[in-house]
Amino acid sequence: MMGFQVVLLWSDMLIWLLVVAGIGVGVLVAKTPPLLAAWRRVGADRVGMAAATVLLAFIAIGLLDSLHYRVQLDGKPGQKASYAVEVLSVLDALAAPLRLRNEKTYSAPFATRLYAKETIDLPGGETLRDYPRLKHGGSHLGEREDAVAADAGLTAFRAGVLALLAWAALAAGAAALVQRGPAAVDASGWQKIWRRETAFAWDAVLLTVGLMLLVVVPLFWLAGQYHVFGTDKVGQDVLYQVLKSVRTGLIIGLVTTLVMLPMAVLLGIVAGYFRGWMDDVIQYIYTVLNSIPGVLLIAAAVLMMQVVIDTHPQWFSTAAERADLRLLALCFILGITSWTGLCRLLRGETLKLRELEYIQAAQAFGVSSWRIIVRHILPNLMHIVIIALVMDFSGLVLAEAVLSYVGIGVDPTMISFGTMINSARMELGREPVVWWSLAAAFTAMFILVLAANLFADAVRDAFDPRAA
Amino acid sequence: MLAYIVRRLLYAIPILIGVNLLTFALFFVVNTPDDMARMQLGVKRVTPEAIEKWKAERGYDKPLLINSGAKGLSTVTDTVFFQKSARMFVGDFGRAEDGRDIAREIASRMGPSLAIALPTFILGLFVTVSFALTLAFFRATAFDFWGVVLCVAMMSISGLFYIIGGQFLISKVWRLVPISGFADGVDAWRFLLLPVLIGVISGIGASTRWYRTIFLEEVGKDYVRTARAKGLPETIVFFRHVLRNALIPILTGVVVVIPLLFMGSLLTESFFGVPGLGSYTIDAINAQDFAVVRSMVFIGSVLYIVGLILTDISYTVVDPRIRFE
Repeated sequence: MMGFQVVLLWSDMLIWLLVVAGIGVGVLVAKTPPLLAAWRRVGADRVGMAAATVLLAFIAIGLLDSLHYRVQLDGKPGQKASYAVEVLSVLDALAAPLRLRNEKTYSAPFATRLYAKETIDLPGGETLRDYPRLKHGGSHLGEREDAVAADAGLTAFRAGVLALLAWAALAAGAAALVQRGPAAVDASGWQKIWRRETAFAWDAVLLTVGLMLLVVVPLFWLAGQYHVFGTDKVGQDVLYQVLKSVRTGLIIGLVTTLVMLPMAVLLGIVAGYFRGWMDDVIQYIYTVLNSIPGVLLIAAAVLMMQVVIDTHPQWFSTAAERADLRLLALCFILGITSWTGLCRLLRGETLKLRELEYIQAAQAFGVSSWRIIVRHILPNLMHIVIIALVMDFSGLVLAEAVLSYVGIGVDPTMISFGTMINSARMELGREPVVWWSLAAAFTAMFILVLAANLFADAVRDAFDPRAA
Repeated sequence: MLAYIVRRLLYAIPILIGVNLLTFALFFVVNTPDDMARMQLGVKRVTPEAIEKWKAERGYDKPLLINSGAKGLSTVTDTVFFQKSARMFVGDFGRAEDGRDIAREIASRMGPSLAIALPTFILGLFVTVSFALTLAFFRATAFDFWGVVLCVAMMSISGLFYIIGGQFLISKVWRLVPISGFADGVDAWRFLLLPVLIGVISGIGASTRWYRTIFLEEVGKDYVRTARAKGLPETIVFFRHVLRNALIPILTGVVVVIPLLFMGSLLTESFFGVPGLGSYTIDAINAQDFAVVRSMVFIGSVLYIVGLILTDISYTVVDPRIRFE
C-alpha cells in the first residue's frame, strides 16, 4: 500500500468552505418560507434546472480536483518517509490514463500518428521520413490503423447502450421518488414526470442527465484508447487539460464573489442605513475604485502581486502552492475591483427600506441599529445578493480567459481555459491547422458559461419581485 | 448649468487624488522601488550599486511622501509621490522604460485607437438597438424567443473566440482582409473592417438583451395603452412613442463610455496589431513598465469622470424635467 500525504491548498480550503456555506444556506433557506418558495420557483423552471444539472456536473469535477495529496516515494524501510514534489488531486488519480499517456507533440483527435513528420530509424540502418505512430493513441489496434472509425464507433455504441441502461435506472429511481410523494392525481410517478405534473422539473433534469450520460460515457470509454480531443504541443491529452481547467474556472467564479460579498454587503448597508459621513466616505471609496477602468486596475494590481511573488520565492515550497496563491490573489483582486456595483445597489435599496414603516416602528421601540440591520434589512436584501452572485459567475469565468491571455491572469503553469487558449492560438497559423485545443477549450467554456447564464436567469426570475 | 458643471469638475479633483493615492500605494508601497529594480534587472546576481543606479535614473531614489531632508516647499515636492504622481495632473507622465516621452506616445496613439473604437461603438449601438427593437416589436412570438436564445448563446461565447475565429475564417481561409496591421490615411479601411465587425458582433448578445428589456418596460407603461386606446396603429405607437422614450435611458446609459473610447480596446488592438493605446498598455504590462501602466490608469479614470459629467449633462438635454441647481 502506497502511502500519501494530504495537501490542503488555500484554494481547496476556500472551495470546501464554500460547500459548507452552501449547505448552511440550504438549511437556512429550508427554514425561511419566502426563500424556500423562491427556490421552489427555480426548481420548477425547466431550463434553469437543466442548466443546474450541467453546472452540478462541472462542480463535481471541480470538487474532485480540489482534494490534493502527495504520493510517498519508495524508500528503504525505517527511513523517514519522503513525498513526491508533484501535488496530485483525486481527479488526477481517476484520470491517470489521460494524464500519463503523453505523446511527443501534437496529434489530432482519434489520430494514430503524430502531427509532424519525423525521421524514423528502420531496422537495417535505413531511415524514413514519415509520421511516426503514436505511443498510446489507438495502440490497441496494432497494424490495423484504418479500422479507427469502425472500432471507435463500436466502442461508442457499446458505451452508449451502457449509458442508456444507467439512465433508465436513474429515471426509475426518480419515478419511484415522485411516486412516494402526495398522490393527488391517479398516475404513476413515471407518468407524472412526463406530463410535467411534478412541482420539481424532473423531466428537464432527467433529459439533461440522459444527454450528458450519452456524451460523457462514450467519451471517457474512448479516452482510454484514443486521444479523443487530440494532444497539445508537449503531447498532453487535451481532454485532461479541459478537466483541469474546470476547477480554475470555478474558483475564479465562486471564490471571487465570496471575497467581495462581505465587503459589498457590509459597506452597502452601512452607507444606506447610517447615511451622513459614513455614506460620504463609502461613496467616495467606491467612486474612486469605480473610476479606474477595471482591466487597468486589475493589471496594475496583478503586476504588483507578481513582483511580490517573484521577490519572495522562499514563501512557497512547491510550484503548485505558488500557482495556487497566485490564483487566490487574482480572486482577491477581481473581488476588490468588482464589489462596487453590488455595494451601490445595496446602498440604494437600504436607503429605500429604512424609510418604511416597519423599520421606523422598530426604531421607535428602541431596537438597536445593528439588530434592525440584521433582522429587518439584511433578509430583505437577500434577493439582490443572490441574483448578483449567480449573475457574476459567468462574467468572471469569461474574464479569466481574457486576463490570462493578456498575461495578467493565472500562473502560466496552471491549466485553465485562458492558458489553453493562449498557448493554442498561435497554432491556427500552422498548415494543416491545429484546431483541437482551441475548439475543446472554447466548447467547454461555452457549455459552462451558457449553463451559468441560464441558471442565473432562472434565479433572477424567481427572486426578483419586479419580474413575474 | 454652468455652475453645476464647475462644481462637478471640482468634485472630480478629490476623486482623482484618491485614484492617485491608490495607484501610488499599489506601485510604491506594496513594492518598494528596490523590489522593482530587482525585478527589472533580474532577481539573481544584482548588485546594490546597480539598484541604486536604476533608481536614480528614474527618480525613485527620493523619499516616498515627505522629504524631511529638504527645506521649505521641497519637503513635499522633492518626493516620489509628487514627482511621479502629482505631476500627472498637468499632463507630465515622465518617460517609459525605453526612454520615450509617455505623453507624446499617448497623443500619437490615440488616433488609431479611436479609428477602431468609434466605428465599433456607433455601428454596434445601431445594430443592437435595431435588433432589440425588432425583438420587442415581435414580443412573445417564436421570433422573439429564438432571438433571446441567440443572445444568451452569443453572450456565453468568449470574446477571444470571436476574434480568433473571425481572423481565422475571414483573413486566413477566405483571405478577404489582412489578418492584422495598420496603415495611416484612407488605406486604413482594409485593416479596420475586421476588428470593427468583430467588435460589433461580440457586443450583440449582452446589449441586445439589455435594450430589449428596456423596450419591454416602456411598452408596458400607461401612455402606450392610451395611445393604443386612441386607435393608433401598433407601428406608430411603437416607432413614434415607444422608441423615442426608450432611447432616453439607452442613450444616456452609453454616454459614460464615450470618453473611454480614446483608450481603445486591449484585446482587439493586441490581436490586430493596431498601434493604439490598448496595445500600448498590453505591451507595458508584458514589459512590466510601471510608469506607462500608472499613466494609463490615471488617464482612464480622468476619462471616466468626464463620462460621468457628460452623462449628467445629457440627462438635462434629453429630459427637460431634470434641472440641476
